[in-house]
Amino acid sequence: MPTEILMPALSPTMEEGNLAKWLKKEGDQVSAGDVVAEIETDKATMEVEAVDEGTLGRILVAEGTEGVKVNTPIALLLGEGESAEDLDKAAAAPASSGDGPAPAAHEAKDDGGDDEPATAAPAAGEAVADIEARRVPAEGKVHPEPRKVDVAGDPDIPEGTEMVPTTVREALRDAMAEEMRRDGDVFVMGEEVAEYQGAYKVTQGLLDEFGPKRVVDTPITEHGFAGVGVGAAFAGLKPVVEFMTFNFAMQAIDQIVNSAAKTLYMSGGQMGAPIVFRGPNGAAARVAAQHSQCYAAWYGHIPGLKVVMPYTAADAKGLLKAAIRDPNPVIFLENEILYGQSFDVPKLDDFVLPIGKARVHKTGKDVTIVSFGIGMTYALKAEAELSGMGIDAEIIDLRTIRPLDLDTVLDSVRKTNRLVTVEEGFPQSSVGDHIAAQVMQRAFDWLDAPVITVAGKDVPMPYAANLEKLALPSAAEVIEAVKAVTYRD
Amino acid sequence: MATAARKSTSSKSSSSKAKSSTRSASRSRSGAARDAAPELKAPAPLKFTKDEEFKAYRDMLLIRRFEEKAGQLYGMGFIGGFCHLYIGQEAVVTGMQMALKEGDQVITGYRDHGHMLATGMSPRGVMAELTGRRGGYSKGKGGSMHMFSKEKHFYGGHGIVGAPVPLGTGLAFANRYRDNDNVSLTYFGDGAANQGQVYESFNMAALWKLPVIFIIENNRYAMGTSVARSSAETNLSHRGLSFKIPGIQVDGMDVRAVKAAADMATERCRSGEGPIILEMQTYRYRGHSMSDPAKYRSKDEVQKMRSEHDPIEQVKQRLIERKWADEDELKAIDKEVREIVAEAADFAQTDPEPDVSELYTDIVR
Repeated sequence: MPTEILMPALSPTMEEGNLAKWLKKEGDQVSAGDVVAEIETDKATMEVEAVDEGTLGRILVAEGTEGVKVNTPIALLLGEGESAEDLDKAAAAPASSGDGPAPAAHEAKDDGGDDEPATAAPAAGEAVADIEARRVPAEGKVHPEPRKVDVAGDPDIPEGTEMVPTTVREALRDAMAEEMRRDGDVFVMGEEVAEYQGAYKVTQGLLDEFGPKRVVDTPITEHGFAGVGVGAAFAGLKPVVEFMTFNFAMQAIDQIVNSAAKTLYMSGGQMGAPIVFRGPNGAAARVAAQHSQCYAAWYGHIPGLKVVMPYTAADAKGLLKAAIRDPNPVIFLENEILYGQSFDVPKLDDFVLPIGKARVHKTGKDVTIVSFGIGMTYALKAEAELSGMGIDAEIIDLRTIRPLDLDTVLDSVRKTNRLVTVEEGFPQSSVGDHIAAQVMQRAFDWLDAPVITVAGKDVPMPYAANLEKLALPSAAEVIEAVKAVTYRD
Repeated sequence: MATAARKSTSSKSSSSKAKSSTRSASRSRSGAARDAAPELKAPAPLKFTKDEEFKAYRDMLLIRRFEEKAGQLYGMGFIGGFCHLYIGQEAVVTGMQMALKEGDQVITGYRDHGHMLATGMSPRGVMAELTGRRGGYSKGKGGSMHMFSKEKHFYGGHGIVGAPVPLGTGLAFANRYRDNDNVSLTYFGDGAANQGQVYESFNMAALWKLPVIFIIENNRYAMGTSVARSSAETNLSHRGLSFKIPGIQVDGMDVRAVKAAADMATERCRSGEGPIILEMQTYRYRGHSMSDPAKYRSKDEVQKMRSEHDPIEQVKQRLIERKWADEDELKAIDKEVREIVAEAADFAQTDPEPDVSELYTDIVR
């Protein structure tokens, strides 16, 4: 059966074009790759190359024809041993019932071993209809709901467990050291993590214990070493990549988002990146605009990432251990000001906390305050004053930004009917904005007041001490917000 | 324009230049490593055995026919989005792959169909991914530019120019970490060679002596911009010199020259001598992507390349000249390859689209 040469599309949006010129004439020998014709649209001229070998038997669309629809047969190609008679048969084929053999262009062959049965071979001359038939329609337009993942709660801490006052800095170091002892594939890399013992001393002592193979000083080359870490994770290692601060990770955000976060999906589940990117995030003190940004909302936006932002040392330890064991890329946002703060950490052999579970820091009945990371310091300061005013606030520490534990927030809002969110990041498209929208959609009838989102001001971080203070949220702003949603003056 | 011949001459002269400038530094082995990139010469093309010639012929032909079919399916609307064909460059991946052993990794950019076929990934799985069907390597969720095979150690398939270079360096880091002697083949183009992350990777790869072969597929055009119009240093094999990474220019249209370079590079890497750059001087016959009319170069230039340096024709001529094969035998190979491609194309057109439930799978695990 002669092979049909079809009018090609130059792009998915092209529907028709002009057949500008035939470069082969009837009777010419054609090899695969030979240019047989030129077609043009308003944007471009393109060459039509033969895919099969044979003799150009018949030109069906003459040179100079305009508005030729994509996939219209424009010529017939004769294979070896075929003659003009076959052309006539091909021309007659459309009139037949369509049970002819498959056109050579498709060479449909059922090898019997396919997982999916091949559809019936179409008839020659019905190329367009044939193609339409082969476009498998999407099975319905309804989008399935994302699968809800149940996250277990925090592990029970046995009664009598010794609680050890620990700084966040030590807790993070302990988490890394414990995981490195447990799993030889875990290694730490970043700027100044080894010999300098960490720019903020979070990796103190790791080089001594684990050696330079597993505690790797990198050049100042964020984009490069983030990508090296992701590549090592593709190969099955479990890198903990430290950014001296997340402000510098903007240089690396392409590798984090495009390579680390999306590969599991793009590979159909074959390959992913078990990697932790960690380091201080947000404002420290007086480091001004380029060193003071919070990335919770940025990374929280990206499917394929998990984003953790702990406040207490116990959460820092338990969640970093979980992050290192997690088979997905995890963004672990720390804070320089919190590094030196001490909290009780349970003395347990293997204290691991669940990613994706918020913690009710304090129960209350009058208003829900949701925060995370250093934002918790404003919430707690405000809470102390609020209780003096007779307002019993429930404080929720999100701990994880993605996946977000909305259930804990919603349960609380259904109890208190009032919500204030607190964070240091910029106000537009903030984590608080997202929570407010979700609560509005899912718990509208339980709300007795509009949600108020307390956030950093919509300005680059200023250097001057007085302006910096104004740019950050404050306990006073949280108190004002709580008074507003509880209708107190 | 005898391009390949001219190229091989220039590669000779460039390596001899490198020699004179590094002579003072290469008195001792350690001195050479400290002070300059070790000088390397492009090895002469290998003499292939009959089996090797046949293998090269068949492997390259499979890529050629596969890509022609992909182009046709794109024209028919079965393949959407972007589709970058590898036609003309077949000798590069084919020759490189001939030097590999189990466990060696391959990673590249978006012109990746040839690399996948070379690693032994199934044509039907690749083609079905191009048409976005469930039987594709990524269940239809990746497409032309995003495909992977853990089994074949193919790490993508990446749509961001330059991004595979740190990733491939990371694969080499893992080899070093595990103390095996596998190498990472990290492919990128002449366009990607101007990305900053490439040099960040060069630095770390050389600093840590990672077993990575940086293969620059110089097909002369970064989309529509020629190397001369985009690069201050057009000898891309020299791009590693300030990191002490040696580099050579290779006739990327001659599969024997590619194999010779691959043997040399893999041996260096496996023995712990660190990274090396292979600038493969090659040519793509088609436009950058399917929608590129390629007006930035003359038809003569393309035609000359095709008629005088075609990688597949070169092997074919040798097979016939040496009387290792006659036209009939070659036709039989051609027929076999066409059948594989036709079967892949048919599967790719009839396999169902992914189940809608796949929308929400494989996001996290």
